[in-house]
Amino acid sequence: MKNEWPLWEVFIRGQHGMSHRHVGSLHAPDAKMAIKNARDVYTRRNEGQSIWVVESNHIAASSPSDKGPLYEPSESKVYRHPTFFDIPDDIGAM
Amino acid sequence: MTAPITRDQAFLQFLLRMGDNTLILGHRVSEWCGHSPVLEEDIALANTALDLIGQTRFWLGLAGEVEGEGKSADDIAFLRDVWDFRNILLVEVPNGDFGRTLMRQFLFDAWHSIQLGRLMTSSDSRVAGIAEKTSKEVAYHLERSADTVVGLGDGTEESHRRMQEALDYLWPYVGEMFQSDAIDAEMVAAGIAPDPASLRDEYDALIGRILATATLTIPDSSFGHKGGRSGKMHTEHLGHLLTQMQWLQRAYPGANW
Amino acid sequence: MYAQMVQSTGKDVKTTAEMTPQEAAFQARIDAGEKIEPKDWMPPAYRKTLIRQIGQHAHSEIVGQLPEGNWITRAPTLERKAILLAKVQDEAGHGLYLYCAAETLGVSRDDLTEMLLDGRMKYSSIFNYPTLNWSDIGAVGWLVDGAAIINQVPLQRTSFGPYARAMVRVCKEESFHARQGFDAIRKMAEGTPAQKKMAQDSVNRLWFPALMMFGPPDKDSVHSEQSMAWRIKMNTNDELRQKFVDQTVPQIEFLGLDLPDPGTKWNEERGHYDYTDPDWSEFFDVIKGNGPCNVDRLAARNKAWDDGKWVRDGLLAHARKKAAAKVAAE
Repeated sequence: MKNEWPLWEVFIRGQHGMSHRHVGSLHAPDAKMAIKNARDVYTRRNEGQSIWVVESNHIAASSPSDKGPLYEPSESKVYRHPTFFDIPDDIGAM
Repeated sequence: MTAPITRDQAFLQFLLRMGDNTLILGHRVSEWCGHSPVLEEDIALANTALDLIGQTRFWLGLAGEVEGEGKSADDIAFLRDVWDFRNILLVEVPNGDFGRTLMRQFLFDAWHSIQLGRLMTSSDSRVAGIAEKTSKEVAYHLERSADTVVGLGDGTEESHRRMQEALDYLWPYVGEMFQSDAIDAEMVAAGIAPDPASLRDEYDALIGRILATATLTIPDSSFGHKGGRSGKMHTEHLGHLLTQMQWLQRAYPGANW
Repeated sequence: MYAQMVQSTGKDVKTTAEMTPQEAAFQARIDAGEKIEPKDWMPPAYRKTLIRQIGQHAHSEIVGQLPEGNWITRAPTLERKAILLAKVQDEAGHGLYLYCAAETLGVSRDDLTEMLLDGRMKYSSIFNYPTLNWSDIGAVGWLVDGAAIINQVPLQRTSFGPYARAMVRVCKEESFHARQGFDAIRKMAEGTPAQKKMAQDSVNRLWFPALMMFGPPDKDSVHSEQSMAWRIKMNTNDELRQKFVDQTVPQIEFLGLDLPDPGTKWNEERGHYDYTDPDWSEFFDVIKGNGPCNVDRLAARNKAWDDGKWVRDGLLAHARKKAAAKVAAE
């Protein structure tokens, strides 16, 4: 019988207050050990302040064929980016 | 009748006891690197060994300072013979299987964490400083080894059997951690370190709780091997360990590495 | 390299006309520098070849722990012991990252491991050579990891997303390896006559095996073309080997050691060092299983795996019990 430990995805929030970021995966028998393993595997160089783990088969992902409908509509909305607007240099920081 | 020891002599012995424990256990744990049951455990064990080696540099470094003969932590680690070592016997016994290694780690971590907790209020600020820094590492070691002992004790029939065998084998080496002698009395008087015997109740409560969760039975025996802390009688295993560890330093004296 | 002689499953590289529209669109994405992600469509041969390559790369990291691990208990100072242990631990980490990348292609780590253990999958030839003196630890870090970096830096741009991301992480950590290796061997080269002798011995023994890491010469390398079209191999074997020689020869000279290959000569016209080819019959022997350490390496990996089974099973059984108890309580 196959007795492989489940696969977990690891997310780590680093030093600088950024969001948790996916850093990789690992195997662990349960969530508690997955967090410990993540600490040992993915924070060896002082990378982390907080760890999330989630079992890989619990991740719902968008499908590659939806790429067009999902992401292309935002390409035409350039006005959402601050660089869209011309602001005179002499009014100071904005 | 030997002459009473001075406080400095006792302090040196105390530091060697701390540093030799971490040195020898770190060495033993490092033997697993590349051979563990699963990659995640391999990496975790290496972290534990690395912490212990780092702690050794603190304790033996301070021992060299206190001794005042200009010896470095490396000189102390690599150029003494078996009878100079002051580690408890528990840390020098061979690794055995993974279960025995983790059981030994747990039995040591439990003592280590309590000991460092007490040392954080040591009257010697250097000792308190080392304890402060290393106690965080050891808190994690304990959490991890305790979880593993519980997981394997209460795992399969085979893992349960192996963990009980490990506990039975190692139990006679536990008592040595709590034996007090003249050196300890001197350390207590100086406010540097606690009386080893005073840690026993807290230790028993801690390991009793974890081992019960692990469905393991603590052997009904108070017999304890001794001789490591005093240096009177180590196991045969220590000599072989040192033969490997010290080989380059002994074969090529005076070289820089 | 760490992945030598990976057999590409595609026969010859297809022309655009020979491709199905799906294959052509896939190749166009690769040509445009886009990353292929696990859920994207990919030709079965691309998937198969990648599993072989990433798997072999991962196995090399894991088997690669052994020759260096051989010296952890004999490291001459506490600092060297810590550095070496951290380094060998990194190799385990690299293996782990790479296995995870392979797993996104639909193969499990345990399956890959079993294929390594029963000889169906290979690992790099270099790890079938022994580490015989302390200076080898320096030489392995400096030469072997140095050679690996030359291969791995371009792989950060490889077409398969998870592989590329694993390589980014690996490369970040590898430069520590090469530097610690050079630092260790430098101490030896500048040390006592006995130490210098060890350093020279290491370089002499490991130089040609290091050159072999890049795989057979381009003229004999049958699997490269398709892999290069798919951007899972970024440079030819000879290109990378030359780069390694050019980079390393001045470092050997800096250390004051003799060049292990008397045929090493600066070639003004080419702007590169000329060098003697390694003995390729030795290389093929090692690949076939007849290197000095093949049998021992595989035996060590098999022992770790077999001895560890009860641990893996035990911890999983406990996790399942706890999960069941939790469900029952709800």
